[in-house]
Amino acid sequence: MSNIGFSAYLRRDLLLSYRRLGEAASPLIFFLLVSILIPLGVSPDPQRLAELAPGIIWVMALLATLLSTEGLFAADHQDGSLEQMLIAPQLLALPVLGKVTAHWLVTGLPLTLVSPLIGLMLSLPAVATVPMMASLALGTACLSLIGAVGAALTVSLRKGGLLLSILVIPLYIPVIIFGSAAVQTAVDGFNWLGPLSVLAAMLCAAIALCPWAIGGALRLVSSN
Amino acid sequence: MASNRDWTWFYRLGSPRWFYETTGRWLPWLWALTLVLLVAGLVWGLGYAPQDAKQGNSFRIIYLHVPVSFLALAGYYLMAIAGAIGLIWKMKLSYMVMKSAAPIGAVLTFLALFTGAVWGKPTWGTYWVWDARITSMLILLFLYLGVLALQYAFHSQEAGNKASAILALVGTVNIPIIYKSVDWWYTLHQPATIKLTSAPSMHIDMFQPLLVMIVALYSFYALALILFIRAEILQRERKAAWVCDLALRADQGSAGEDKE
Repeated sequence: MSNIGFSAYLRRDLLLSYRRLGEAASPLIFFLLVSILIPLGVSPDPQRLAELAPGIIWVMALLATLLSTEGLFAADHQDGSLEQMLIAPQLLALPVLGKVTAHWLVTGLPLTLVSPLIGLMLSLPAVATVPMMASLALGTACLSLIGAVGAALTVSLRKGGLLLSILVIPLYIPVIIFGSAAVQTAVDGFNWLGPLSVLAAMLCAAIALCPWAIGGALRLVSSN
Repeated sequence: MASNRDWTWFYRLGSPRWFYETTGRWLPWLWALTLVLLVAGLVWGLGYAPQDAKQGNSFRIIYLHVPVSFLALAGYYLMAIAGAIGLIWKMKLSYMVMKSAAPIGAVLTFLALFTGAVWGKPTWGTYWVWDARITSMLILLFLYLGVLALQYAFHSQEAGNKASAILALVGTVNIPIIYKSVDWWYTLHQPATIKLTSAPSMHIDMFQPLLVMIVALYSFYALALILFIRAEILQRERKAAWVCDLALRADQGSAGEDKE
């Protein structure tokens, strides 16, 4: 019984996403679509694309996660089920973590799985494929957790989306630095486990700290 | 009983009226101190400190740049601590401190970036470099703007206070991580054209005016913060009896002056 609320909310949110597949798939489609803009806007030259690819893929993944974060608590806030979660007697951090995990499974994980395709299209060297997937898997989980803090703070605002990105992007910076660095070091032929371990450390810290901030924000903001 | 008495100062600190009246007595002294220190530091630094061997007179902007950058960072911590006190002890005054510290800090951060750019042009030949410290300052500016934007996004003041306090705290946890990662990023991508050699230790004749300017800017910061908080107190407590009294007296005073 130690995970009270965690698996329940995880299952519930996954089921909700499954029922609205189109909505759940939109970050993924956004990710693919925006990556097409880069060759069209910058240059289709494989060499130049390969140079930019680690950064581009990471920026696109960040934006796709950010866009989907806004809805993390919005629907629950509107239909009142957020209140139910808040007045439940159990520790708030666990249901919150369950919701964020479901969010990552629906956005971050598909992005990670599709990223080799984009890497191929942007002529990312093949050696960098595994590091890219590893860094995206760890990094998007960080992004989901940090973004959820912003989503919780802005949940009661009617037009919180733009504000959310202002609040959250500065906090995303360490993740994108180490995420794209892991890919870049692999492209350069060095050991990429260094930046990846830093990402893993960030994820551990985020798992430990973010649920408390999210819970606190939900409690304080929704009571007004 | 004794333990009760020990805490009265702490409770009094939470009273906006007490703060308003006490700082009202301090203000003239603080104004005088700030002006004297600022004038002394500026005249000494800009007029009398020796020229730099390599940079000539352009280095003198350091007397503004360094103190302003100090305070921009220190101000964020002050804001976050005030927010934490507000969340924990539900003190009205500390939210006002937090709200007042945000715009001052944002302006100071902008000034630090601006003076840095002005200084960079003659020394490095460019206004902007993606240097680790400059980039960190830019991120700090956006952290300040986020707190400010969140504070004003809510209709209810209470919600705005609490939300921006939480954001300030989250930012505080993140600032060391951001600084370290930007530092690391910079060493990875260090541009070849500009060499930022470590600054040689300053000569004592240059350092003394800098010290005066740092103290002067701290005093200026205290003054600006108190003025902002006093305005905030009047606005938030406008329905309190003592504020109405104050306004009434001020009104009568100015009416009397008009007759003369």
